[in-house]
Amino acid sequence: MIQLDILVIGAGITGTALSRELSRLNATVAVIDRACDVAEGATKANSGIVHAGYDALPGTQKAMYNVRGAQMYPGLCESLGVSYRKCGALVIGFDEADCAALRDLLDRGIQNGVRDLRLLSQKEALALEPSLNPEVLCALSVPESAIVSPYEMAFALADDAAVNGVSFSFDQDVTGISRLEDGTWQVTTSKDVFICKVLVNCAGSSGADLHNMISDQKLHMVHRRGQYYLLDRAAELPFSRTVFQCPSRMGKGVLVSPTVHGNLLLGPTAEDIPDPLDTATTSDGLSEILKKASRTWPALSVRTNITNFSGVRAHLDTDDFIVGPVPFAPGAFEAIGIESPGLSSAPAIAQDLSAMIASYLSLERKSSLRPFPKHPKPFHEMSDEERTVAVSTDPEYGRIVCRCEVVTEAEIRQAIRRPVGARTIDGIKRRTRAGMGRCQGGFCSPRVAQILSEETGTPLLRITKDGGHSYLLADTIGSFLKGGHR
Amino acid sequence: MDKVITCINCPVGCRMTVTLSDHGEFVSVTGNTCPRGAKYAEQECTLPLRMITAVLPVAGSDTPLSVKTSSPVPKEMIAEIMEELSRVSISTPISAGQVILPNILNTGADLVATRSLL
Amino acid sequence: MVCEQLIDLLVIGAGPAGLAAAIAAKEEGISSLLVLEREKEPGGILRQCIHNGFGLHRFSEELTGPEYAARDIARAHELEIPIECDTTVLSVSPDRQVTCVSPKHGFRRFSAKAIILAMGCRERPRGALCTPGTRCAGIYSAGTAQRFVNLEGYMPGKRVVILGSGDIGLIMARRMTLQGAKVLACVEIMPYSSGLNRNIVQCLDDYGIPLYLSHTVTEIRGRDRLEGITVSEVDSNRNPIPGSEIRFDCDTLLLSCGLIPENELSQGAGVEISPLTSGAVVRETFETSVPGIFACGNVLHVHDLVDHVSNESFKAGRAAAAYIRSASSAETDTADVWKVQDGAGVRGTVPQMISKHPSSDVDLMFRPSAVFRNASAVVECDGVEILRKKSLIFTPGEMAVLTLKKALLDTLSGSCIEVRMEGGSSRG
Repeated sequence: MIQLDILVIGAGITGTALSRELSRLNATVAVIDRACDVAEGATKANSGIVHAGYDALPGTQKAMYNVRGAQMYPGLCESLGVSYRKCGALVIGFDEADCAALRDLLDRGIQNGVRDLRLLSQKEALALEPSLNPEVLCALSVPESAIVSPYEMAFALADDAAVNGVSFSFDQDVTGISRLEDGTWQVTTSKDVFICKVLVNCAGSSGADLHNMISDQKLHMVHRRGQYYLLDRAAELPFSRTVFQCPSRMGKGVLVSPTVHGNLLLGPTAEDIPDPLDTATTSDGLSEILKKASRTWPALSVRTNITNFSGVRAHLDTDDFIVGPVPFAPGAFEAIGIESPGLSSAPAIAQDLSAMIASYLSLERKSSLRPFPKHPKPFHEMSDEERTVAVSTDPEYGRIVCRCEVVTEAEIRQAIRRPVGARTIDGIKRRTRAGMGRCQGGFCSPRVAQILSEETGTPLLRITKDGGHSYLLADTIGSFLKGGHR
Repeated sequence: MDKVITCINCPVGCRMTVTLSDHGEFVSVTGNTCPRGAKYAEQECTLPLRMITAVLPVAGSDTPLSVKTSSPVPKEMIAEIMEELSRVSISTPISAGQVILPNILNTGADLVATRSLL
Repeated sequence: MVCEQLIDLLVIGAGPAGLAAAIAAKEEGISSLLVLEREKEPGGILRQCIHNGFGLHRFSEELTGPEYAARDIARAHELEIPIECDTTVLSVSPDRQVTCVSPKHGFRRFSAKAIILAMGCRERPRGALCTPGTRCAGIYSAGTAQRFVNLEGYMPGKRVVILGSGDIGLIMARRMTLQGAKVLACVEIMPYSSGLNRNIVQCLDDYGIPLYLSHTVTEIRGRDRLEGITVSEVDSNRNPIPGSEIRFDCDTLLLSCGLIPENELSQGAGVEISPLTSGAVVRETFETSVPGIFACGNVLHVHDLVDHVSNESFKAGRAAAAYIRSASSAETDTADVWKVQDGAGVRGTVPQMISKHPSSDVDLMFRPSAVFRNASAVVECDGVEILRKKSLIFTPGEMAVLTLKKALLDTLSGSCIEVRMEGGSSRG
């Protein structure tokens, strides 16, 4: 049994942002997640856009948190050493109805407090982004729109929280929650029992399920899958901005956007599915993306596609975020329905929740913080002089493990040794980009698996691609030959 | 009795029809375009032979040992030979060309290391 | 401050191409040379190709991959050619500055009189196929699986399906079976296999592994580890035919769907890349569009036989040596070269340019774009036939080689040499 002040359920972008805020308070805090790592749900598979905030209806939680959160991003990314680029966005329209919708968006944006929005003519839009479909009729320019790597953000937030005392624990599937007589909460998982004064539901796609375990006011959530194409960063980028089409009831539509790493992202689809863990891609979904994205980008080519993926966003029937205390459940807090613009909103949601919890528990802020161990510059981005110094300090900088993305052995070991370190091949991939390139780990995965095995003392046969039973290897050649599998 | 086989000598890949006697002996072949095809057809229907290569675990080494048969062995013995290889215990050092197992199952072929392991 | 080391010849890659090129250059008297290799040992992909069948042309005997490589490595040692392993080249510039890094020597910069690119190729990954489904564990390129089994000693799975019937896929079907796994099928989207007949017979037929031609994988299932796939027949436009689905329960899918020359460094050096071969555009000396930078082996164009790689690379090594000695490229004036073009039924002829006064015979290497039976490959110079080679079969799976004699070339003028297929039936 583990006793603590605050238990956060969910290590996605909201849970990690909250854990960092909570690490500033004099309290014992733990974050648990059912998956094997930080950012394993919607956080690892979304568009990576820090929206400016023109889309949400004025007066909604979404509108308020989006605009506030987006304003926090530059400073937060700076202090955490996470790449963030204000590349701007265009929302494009092809007919009069679209143009009317864009005027509405402009009004909404102004009401929400978004700066520098402007309607563009066809000519202006094409001048800014010459690869756009020349049939574009009008566009909304959103200079405040930015891009970020959502999982890198979550890793950094978690690391910062962890160095300041928050503990992280994975493969923790919550099986029961009950309120004890003394007013504390007992959370039972597949591995442990936690007793906490405060529990926070940041469980993403399981948010409604957890809520319904502790509240009589039942919520219903829809699992909305979004599929994507990710193109090689060697391919020339057609656009320097994120290009959206006019939003619909199902979301912001298919976008074409550069990523902070210089890849091109196409997607997402929006399909309501029964199983929140079903992150398969489908041929219908993939062809829909091509069809829709080619309307934005007529010269579309996916010849340089390196992977397809999908993420599942948590959509509440009420179409808005729920952030705050769970009614009639003292000590329980929640942030649920955190679909787009959830990435943009997370820092602000975390700030508010943390304040509510501090007040509920009458917590003081810590007098001093441990400085965040800024992640060293990636070898790939170093100058020749910096590389010389790096290799002479640590010779393992001299061994390139991932040739496509130029990731060194030193960086892979660092990723494992981070405060919330990588334990899987995909965990290494998302922290270092090893395996993220055009060969998709073909060359480097055997070596990465070996390093993981060495660093963590896990036998190679127990190394997984992404947790659970995703084992890389079946057995040794010796056991196979002895007929164990014939 | 007729049997159809694909010639492997060149990319043409002739589909050859081999006539066998009631005792399964080679009688004649049609469909080949060159004498090499006829020779292959006869061999393949009389005593098909294959080289075997494999990797075997080595005590005290993370790297397995690659091996080959020193000459082709009867195709029908492949499974039996692999079974036999699974029982060989190998330890370092080994140099390329070293005989690991002489006269495998009386085939006349030796099992030979194709790389060194120090 | 990074010091710059001067060197005559830098060879990037110590696989069969790099080794042969370095051996030839050294034999030609180039003593200031260095071979850089990113792996811990020389030999390249041959290290993991433990099957036999290498070297029939060059050594008139059948060797395994490691044995073939060992011969070149031994020769390189005999010639005292320095090979630095565990060293990755980071960049090559148009003026032949090379940066590289290794744990032992740190970050270094070289300035070379000539460079031979011999980085080899890589496999087409799943992403390039856009196969829908989950992203579970258990999906490997055939070469990655080959490395796990043959070099690391681990089996990736128990029940295997192979997508693609190229030689690597076929070889891995046999390897996995021999080592104790069950291979359920080999699936090929084209109506024919690009692998050798010998491999189809000895790697699939011998073990009763079915080959599904005109089929592809249309779904991948499994949350953590692969649990199964669906295979569908495809129509003549390679689109899946509804209703033709076959489901396989398997824990492993190996992809053998083509090789791509690895030209990231070449592109950084400004080397012109052919969209047909995905390798450098070269002249008959294997010099690229950047003076003093040569390319050979699978980084230039994907070969079927290592013997051809070695032969090509010997020539590249000798040409680089000649370049270093004369400190100049061959004629750069376009009037002094023939442009080599692909005619009907031909794809990716190498070299793309031939000097009008070549120092020796020139091999034209190409692939037919389809299967041609009882056909001729015809070479024309400005529309006049200069060479004809008949064959019972030309197939995309086998690189065709036509040798243009120096004596013949010396009699020719004109501006364009074209290779085309003539007669014969063609398909797919």
